[in-house]
Amino acid sequence: MMTDLKDLSREAKKLAVVFEATGAEVVELNFLQISNVLLDLYGEDIRGRAFITNDPIYGEMMLRPDFTIPIVEQHMANSVSPARYTYCGKVFRRQEEFPDRPREFLQVGYEIFDGANPEKADAEVFSLVNEALNGFPVRIATGDIGILMAAVRSLSTTETRKKALLRHIWRPDRFRTLLNQFSGLSSKAQSIQDFEDYNKLLDKFQAIGSRKVQEIRERLQQIKFESETEPIDPEEVKILDELLSLKHRCPVALNHLEKLSKKMPGIDLTVDNFAKRLTFLEKNKIKVDLLDFEGSYGRTSMEYYDGFVFGFYSEIHTELAPVATGGRYDALTERMGRGKKIPAVGAVLRPDLTLLLRGNNND
Amino acid sequence: MIRLGIPSKGRLMAQTFDWFSDRGINLVRSESDREYAGHIEGIKNVQPIFLSASEIPRELSAGRLHFGVTGNDVIQEKLVLFNQLVKPISELGFGFADLIIAVPSFWVDVNTLDDLDDVSAQFRDKHGYRLRIATKYHRLLREFLMKAGVADYQIVDSQGATEGAVKNGLAEAIADITSTGNTLKANHLKILSDGLILKSQATLFKSLTPEFSQEENQVANLLLKKLSTLD
Repeated sequence: MMTDLKDLSREAKKLAVVFEATGAEVVELNFLQISNVLLDLYGEDIRGRAFITNDPIYGEMMLRPDFTIPIVEQHMANSVSPARYTYCGKVFRRQEEFPDRPREFLQVGYEIFDGANPEKADAEVFSLVNEALNGFPVRIATGDIGILMAAVRSLSTTETRKKALLRHIWRPDRFRTLLNQFSGLSSKAQSIQDFEDYNKLLDKFQAIGSRKVQEIRERLQQIKFESETEPIDPEEVKILDELLSLKHRCPVALNHLEKLSKKMPGIDLTVDNFAKRLTFLEKNKIKVDLLDFEGSYGRTSMEYYDGFVFGFYSEIHTELAPVATGGRYDALTERMGRGKKIPAVGAVLRPDLTLLLRGNNND
Repeated sequence: MIRLGIPSKGRLMAQTFDWFSDRGINLVRSESDREYAGHIEGIKNVQPIFLSASEIPRELSAGRLHFGVTGNDVIQEKLVLFNQLVKPISELGFGFADLIIAVPSFWVDVNTLDDLDDVSAQFRDKHGYRLRIATKYHRLLREFLMKAGVADYQIVDSQGATEGAVKNGLAEAIADITSTGNTLKANHLKILSDGLILKSQATLFKSLTPEFSQEENQVANLLLKKLSTLD
């Protein structure tokens, strides 16, 4: 399907009105981003999703695959004072698996950097997106990675295990494998039986490369320690599973979460935040009684959301990418802030998809 | 005229010649063995095109070759959605190679992808950069590790002598093809127990890109008929 580019930019302007009306600063960003910043954040996987090019001075560069990273970079470089930004421009994605999906498309976005009242900011971003998509036949999904992370942090087990689980929170399969290992449901593919033997074995081979013998001895120690550590309590795994499979309208979900937090007090704070967010959403005239909440939502998307997450999907074209997505990314600002941090939340809209949905409405 | 891509060098070329001649088709290089040209005896209207095995995937996908012999490792690395572009006709039974992930043998604590993932996280914490894996199979490695859920590594390009990359300080691990494993051993490396990315061998592929004319179709059918019967 060919979309007229003029129609598309008109559509983008229409959507942007809602964001610009807040008085947010309109920002323009470079197309070319230094690869290392994106690689450090996403790892090699980003090479499968971004167009890569070369600069004779800076080396490898990428055509921006999204706006959030460059905006965070710019904001953290300049100040950490509160700010609201809005933008409209193209992002670029390599398509390997799905050749029919677009390689370049417009995004209209809105980002809030403000720690004063995070739940209020969450509700603000969500409500603006909801307003921009008013009248479109969309299904809305919401979730909260923050609750999940708090649940992992509150497990009564070693820091090493918790760190490993948190590292893979955005890779559900790997997360499950680790959880099964740590809770004794499955044994490691190969367990190390006799540590003396391994230490002897170590001396048999030539040490090559930058990973030192000492690092290997330390890890052997750690594996030994791990094998002697009690598995994670099955009761706690059960709570985690309940949390992951939770799927209800928001008020019912809150009810369940409050019950779960009695058994797992570590998630108390995040559940309170969820309740606060619902109050702010209601104030903004969002019908929270009809809003879905999924305990696992947002885990397979781009890995920087660590709090509230949401997506708006076409009800007619269920095969389409989401029309809008958004979420909170507090940890990202810290990671890119070189010591500074500020809570942040944002969202993007896809004018190409809203235009498509409009076309359907007129039919 | 049917254009048939043939590897232009080494054992792969010699074995391809033998395979075809066993089926009554003789590939003949021109008098000067320095010239990359030749002809075919035993079937009319088929032109052999001598090319590097690594370029045959590209030529097949562009439709400039109707058929070609190369390894399925390079086909899968170089062609996204390869099964929409080429169709394997016959595995030729030589040029066997496994694409694998190998780490230093003295990493006695690392035997599986699980371990590799764990070590990648520790390595990054300790050394401040992502664990480097040297390879020329960028896409296959990346997809394999993504499915396995391995994170915090980086791919370093290595177009040759990859087994030496660790010793030479260019990488911490490698992904490369191996047939006997001897080169790996000689370079103080071992294969991860679940580190097999792909099994490869020399394969005859048909390009799905070009429109075959009626005449080309007849020639192609005759060629395939001959190839399916051993003399």
